[in-house]
Amino acid sequence: MSNLAWIFVSTLLVNNFTLVMFLGLCSFFGVTAKIETAWRLGLANTFVLILTAIFAWFLNTYILASAPFLRTVAFIVVIASAVQFVEMAVKKYLPVLFRQLGIYLPLITTNCAILGLALFQTSRHYNLVEALVFALGAGFGLTLALSLLASIRERIEVADMPVIARRMGLVLVIASSLSMAFMGFAGMGSAP
Amino acid sequence: MTAVAVETKEAPESVPGAPPPASVIADIWRGISRENPVLVQFLGMCPTMAVTNMLANGVAMGLATTFVLVGSGLFVSLFRRYIPHEVRITSYILIIATFVTLADMLLAATFPAISKALGPFMPLIVANCLLLGRAEAFAAKVKVHRAVADGFGMGMGFTLSLSLLSALREILGRGTLLGHPLFGPRFEPWVFMVMPPGGFFALGVALLGLATIIQWRKRRAGAAR
Repeated sequence: MSNLAWIFVSTLLVNNFTLVMFLGLCSFFGVTAKIETAWRLGLANTFVLILTAIFAWFLNTYILASAPFLRTVAFIVVIASAVQFVEMAVKKYLPVLFRQLGIYLPLITTNCAILGLALFQTSRHYNLVEALVFALGAGFGLTLALSLLASIRERIEVADMPVIARRMGLVLVIASSLSMAFMGFAGMGSAP
Repeated sequence: MTAVAVETKEAPESVPGAPPPASVIADIWRGISRENPVLVQFLGMCPTMAVTNMLANGVAMGLATTFVLVGSGLFVSLFRRYIPHEVRITSYILIIATFVTLADMLLAATFPAISKALGPFMPLIVANCLLLGRAEAFAAKVKVHRAVADGFGMGMGFTLSLSLLSALREILGRGTLLGHPLFGPRFEPWVFMVMPPGGFFALGVALLGLATIIQWRKRRAGAAR
C-alpha cells in the first residue's frame, strides 16, 4: 500500500511528467493560454493515460513478451485508437470542450507523456494496479502543471510587458522557475 | 534563396493545400532558417529539453530525428496516392514508428553508451509532433524528392538548434565540451544548467535574445528609413 502511495506522490510531484521529465511539452506551451481549457485538457489526458496504462499492461503481459521489437509500434497504435475513442466521446457529450481544444485533442496522440507512460511502465515492470496508480499520478501531475502555467499566463496577459517578452521566451523562463520549484521535492528521493 | 521552380513542365499536382513549388535547395533551407522547428515553430520541445544536457546526446538525437524525418517523408510521399484519407494519421504514425524502431536499434548497436543516455527518449521520437506535422502538412502533398529535401532540411534545422542548446548547457553546466574540460580546475560548474529547469531557462533566454535582435534590427531599419 505504501508502495502505491509512493508511486502516486513520486509521479505527481517529485518526478512531475511535464516539469521535471519534459514529457508533454507541446500541450504545456500550446494550450495554457486560458486556465479553463488547460485543466480540461489535463483531465482528457488523464483519461487517455489510464486507458493506455491498462492496454499497455495487457500488451506487455500477453503479447509483447515474445516480440519486444514491436513495442513502439504496438504502443502507438493502441494510443492512437484510445485517442480516437476519447475524441468521439468528447465530440458527442461535450461539444463545447471539443471546439475549445481544437487541434490539441487529436494531438494527444503525439503527446509524449502518453507514450512515455507506457514505456516507463514497461521498464519499471509495474503490475496492473501499480500501472493504474502511476497513470493517475502522471495525469494529475500534468493537470497541475498545465493549470499552474495557465494561471500565470493569464496574469501576464494583462500586464505591461516589454515587447521582446510577449512571445515564447518569457513563458519558457516562467516554466523554468516552476520547474525549479518542483525540484524542491527532489529531496524526497526518486521512484523505486 | 527562393529560386523559382524548375519542374513546371510536368503536370501540376492537384492536391488541395499543397505547398507552393520551390527548388530543392529552398526546401532544405526553409527548415534550417525561416521555419526552424525549435526556434520558430516550437515543435519537438520534449527531446529539445530532455536530451540537451550534453552535446553528444543533442547531436545524436538530432541525427536520429533527421533519419526518421527523411525516411518517413520518403515513404509517406511514395504512398500518398494509396493511403485513404480517413486512416492517414494512423498510417503516417505506423511509418514513423517503423523508422524510429530502426533508428533505435541502429543506435543501440553502434553507440550503446549514447543509446543508454537517451533512454526512453529514443522511442519517444514517435511522439515528436514535428514528424507527424511534416508528414501531414508537406510530405503527403508533394513529390518524393521534395519530401526528402524537406525532411533533411527540417532535420538539419533540428540538429543545429539542439547542438547549439546542448553545447551551451554543457559548457556552462559542466565546463566541458564533448567530455573535454575547457576551463582550468578553478572553474565552478553552473550545475543548474544541466538540471531540468536549466533546459527551460537556456531556451527561454535564447529566445529572448533572438527577439531582442529582431527588435533591434527592426528599429534600425525604421531609423534608416
